Amino acid sequence: MSYSDQLLDHYEKPRNIGSMDKQDKNVGTGLVGAPACGDVMKLQIKVNEKGVIEDAKFKTFGCGSAIASSSLVTEWVKGKTIDEAMAIKNTQIAEHLALPPVKIHCSILAEDAVKAAIKDYQDKNA
Amino acid sequence: MLVIGLDNGHEKTYMDSMSAKHDQKPIYLDYQATTPTDPRVVDAMMPYFHEHFGNPHSRNHPYGWEAEEAIEKAREQVAHIINANPKEIIFTSGATESNNIAIKGVAKFYQERKNHIITCVTEHKCVLESCRHLSQDGFDITYLPVQENGLIDLDELRKAITDKTALISIMGVHNEIGVIQPLKEIGALAREHKVFFHSDCAQAVGKIPLDVQEMNIDLMSISGHKIYGPKGVGALFVRRKPRVRLAPMMSGGGQERGMRSGTLPTPLCVGLGEACAICEKEMAKENERLHSLHNQFIADIKSELSDVYINGDTTHRIPGNINISFAYVEGESLMMGIKDLSLSSGSACTSASLEPSYVLRALGVDEELAHTSLRIGLGRFTTKEQLKKAAQSIVSSVQKLREMSPLWEMAQEGIDISKIEWAHH
Repeated sequence: MSYSDQLLDHYEKPRNIGSMDKQDKNVGTGLVGAPACGDVMKLQIKVNEKGVIEDAKFKTFGCGSAIASSSLVTEWVKGKTIDEAMAIKNTQIAEHLALPPVKIHCSILAEDAVKAAIKDYQDKNA
Repeated sequence: MLVIGLDNGHEKTYMDSMSAKHDQKPIYLDYQATTPTDPRVVDAMMPYFHEHFGNPHSRNHPYGWEAEEAIEKAREQVAHIINANPKEIIFTSGATESNNIAIKGVAKFYQERKNHIITCVTEHKCVLESCRHLSQDGFDITYLPVQENGLIDLDELRKAITDKTALISIMGVHNEIGVIQPLKEIGALAREHKVFFHSDCAQAVGKIPLDVQEMNIDLMSISGHKIYGPKGVGALFVRRKPRVRLAPMMSGGGQERGMRSGTLPTPLCVGLGEACAICEKEMAKENERLHSLHNQFIADIKSELSDVYINGDTTHRIPGNINISFAYVEGESLMMGIKDLSLSSGSACTSASLEPSYVLRALGVDEELAHTSLRIGLGRFTTKEQLKKAAQSIVSSVQKLREMSPLWEMAQEGIDISKIEWAHH
């Protein structure tokens, strides 16, 4: 299988790897996927008082496409408001990385991870 | 130094041609997928393309005779490595064809009296598919499970045999995990119950000593390209005493005792014969060398990484296969990180299906671990230096991927991943 340059770039130099304090009220954590399916993504966002995502971190167990998809969305959500981040679609991720059809589920997982992190943040601050 | 003989005077040494290419090419560690044809085999084959091109079945002129002579020598070489009679060897296009002829051929020939076949869940796809095909025609198939070490349980086999059983088909050495099935014990059981025993020995020939008499094997499939011979040729051993009969798959001129019609490809048959002869001569020494490479490689990996698991029995195995799982790392991402190595992954992500290796699953390997397995195949041209490099490359990739793995992070925090309720997708 041959991958796009964008995908390889994110795989080789993943952005924003790391973890933030789960207990922090300003941090939302999303954990999606399952080990048995071959991919698990943990995506965290840190939201400031203006409702803007000022930082994002990820850790991913999965194929190169899964790593690239999660790396890419951490870049995309930074600087966005919650509502803007909610609007990120898996198709945009798949398109940007030129994911082959069998890897579309990786982009869906990345979208789910963003939504799960936002939900966690909102639940904490409800 | 090995020399590829080219009659035009531009002789090129084997090592020259290999080292020039290997500067850019990844290290080849996929010897269970295929092997390079040994230059000595190529040398033996060359004269039969242009010089001695005759049809080995032509009886009326020397062109045919010299081709036939070469074929018969090759037949002897193939027979010799498994202690068979040359008359019991038929040439085919490869182990897939041999397995098809053996399983379907025996089943069809004896179907009036017997309609049951025993095989195993971890057999090669061509064996499983042949059996599935027969089950659609009304045959009963028993798929034996394997134990955690990849070996069949002989008691299970004994219990599965009925008076309707025509054939037991169990492979010699496994293509994915390298384990050696107890062929002698299976053969004894089969003979005791007057059931034919077929063994797919594509990965076993030339790697372990095989003796069809001592092991009571009635049919054996052999492949050329797994043993440093050419692709497109294989053989099937079909026992004459007691006689095994089979219905041929192809209609034709009745070559190969009527079991496999079609003009024999003389150069390929010669190549298979020569490949067998070389393997037979060098097997003991080569096994010793591979054992030491195998052990060193595993020691190198384990000295740097924890949570590493070897799949398949650690004693009943060939040294040329290492199937290894790295917990908390996904197989395909690992493959992307070790682009300097050419090997196979047990992960689903390398194929269009989402299932991890059916073989590892049959061993009871967790799906998570099955996803992270690599099959490392060593062989005749693998060097100590190549394996050192390979180990370093794997270690640094695994370390990098674990640093970004949420599962590794949880494991380090003492969280039991199996207790988490994952949302399956």
